[in-house]
Amino acid sequence: MLKHKNTIQVAAFTVFILACPFFLDAYWINVINNIGLYAVLALSLNFIVGYTGLFHMGHAAFFAVGAYATAILNTSYDIPIVLLLPVSGLAAAIFAYIVARPIIHLRGDYLLIVTIAIVEIVRIALVNDIFGLTGGSNGIFGISRPDFYFFDIRTPHQFFYYIWAFLALSVLLFYNLEKSRYVRALNYIKNDEVAAEGSGVNVDHLKLTAFVLGAFWAGMVGNIYASKMTLISPASFNFWESVILFVIVILGGSGSIRGVILGAFLIIGLPEIFRQFAGARMLIFGGAMVAMMVFRPQGFLPPLPRKYPVHKIQPGGEKTL
Amino acid sequence: MTLLSIKNLTKRFGGLLAVDDVSFNVEQGKIVGLIGPNGAGKTTVFNLITGNYIPDEGHILFDGRSLTGLKTHKIVSLGIARTFQTIRLFKNLTVLENVMAGCHCRMRSGILSSMLRLPFQRREERLALARALKELEFVGLKQHMDINAMNLSYGNQRLLEIARALASNPKIIILDEPAGGMNDYETNRLVLLIEKMQKRGLTVLLIEHDMNLVMRICEDIIVLEHGARIAQGKPEEITRDQRVIEAYLGIEEDEDEALEAEGRD
Repeated sequence: MLKHKNTIQVAAFTVFILACPFFLDAYWINVINNIGLYAVLALSLNFIVGYTGLFHMGHAAFFAVGAYATAILNTSYDIPIVLLLPVSGLAAAIFAYIVARPIIHLRGDYLLIVTIAIVEIVRIALVNDIFGLTGGSNGIFGISRPDFYFFDIRTPHQFFYYIWAFLALSVLLFYNLEKSRYVRALNYIKNDEVAAEGSGVNVDHLKLTAFVLGAFWAGMVGNIYASKMTLISPASFNFWESVILFVIVILGGSGSIRGVILGAFLIIGLPEIFRQFAGARMLIFGGAMVAMMVFRPQGFLPPLPRKYPVHKIQPGGEKTL
Repeated sequence: MTLLSIKNLTKRFGGLLAVDDVSFNVEQGKIVGLIGPNGAGKTTVFNLITGNYIPDEGHILFDGRSLTGLKTHKIVSLGIARTFQTIRLFKNLTVLENVMAGCHCRMRSGILSSMLRLPFQRREERLALARALKELEFVGLKQHMDINAMNLSYGNQRLLEIARALASNPKIIILDEPAGGMNDYETNRLVLLIEKMQKRGLTVLLIEHDMNLVMRICEDIIVLEHGARIAQGKPEEITRDQRVIEAYLGIEEDEDEALEAEGRD
């Protein structure tokens, strides 16, 4: 019954998204595209904040590394954008490994402060045109569009398919991962680090992989973002971006894929709908956050308990680990 | 055969000598008790064995291998599993997933094979599930597998910790006050369970204040006081040992209180 309900929900959502290009104009499709980008970004942050329960408010730094890696390699060496997709992910992942390695044992608020520092350092380094590569506060322009053999991706409608296909693929992979020992172990760490280590979970290593994996995906989103904007500047990767991603995860439901996607719709989509109240936006935003933390701290759509095929295991008969 | 060998173990916390030159051996397949008054350093010894603390001096040899400098998860994977004095379960996860935590260190599938659900990863998940179910059945919690660990009764939470430890396929299981907070009925069930573990070929090392339980099941007892080992032997030897009686077993509680009351006046 429950399984049935979930399938219907996913199907209804997919139909809704696929219908968007047929009745929305370029402006609104662009909004939907931004929601998609933020959704994948927030899903990548979800590994660190949602599954593992680490306070990480510097995710925009990894996003920035991916976007700048794409921009620099594309504008200087003319490497096609699509080839740079994994390269950007890798650059962000390596960066995450280097910065997270020494701080991985920090807990709670201490980690939070360091991650805020990371995103600020990255932004300031970009503004100061580090190594003469990043173009200072003007950023880098003239980044190419994604170019597949048969067609280029230019218009918002084309980007819509590109971004949401990327989102769908990410969700599929993350969904599989949720049902594996990997995310389970991250959840153990979130519940009780000492007990996790005492049960044989390599806590420090897994925390580090959560950062690296999250950064890899954020770096790939950076690639898509750079090619969508064709112009990037340090202002797009400030602390506030990190806060928004953090809020999407917490508000939607940390550790829940559907929750994070809903969070992206609420945080990125709603302000567009209520543009006439733009002046009061921050007030409503703040009030909504306070109300949520009081009445529904687990988020709108918290993760569902995982199901295991217990009925397929014959008691006593089967081989075990 | 000696499975676990502790040699001249010393641990200081600032000026406090928590464990003072303690040595003992745990023989393969035995049930061994570690007893002593509160603050004698029993849990510290456990934390040293499991790598939660690093000893200042001394060695711990397990199965012929030194554990010094190894991290806790590595020690678990070598075959030492433990439970905690204050229950440490994954409260918001189901009973079944709590037990599967123990299987983690016996599994090999990585991020990529899990993302792609490769056949070997799915087979491994199935084997882990079967193992977890087997251990739940072993401790008698299978009917509770779908509820969250925090909703179990206190006694059952202790059993769940044991099931989680067993799922890591240990050679030795270290129980820190397993009967703490249990009623008589639950304690009796625990005794039977510990005997069943021994029959499975496990070695058991336990801290316990319930002397009834200790004398009933332990074949070898080590007594600590002020961080030092003051006696080791069979239960009947321990109950006759003058130092142990003075330090821990002997004086009746009300007599003790009467003495204290006098002192205060």
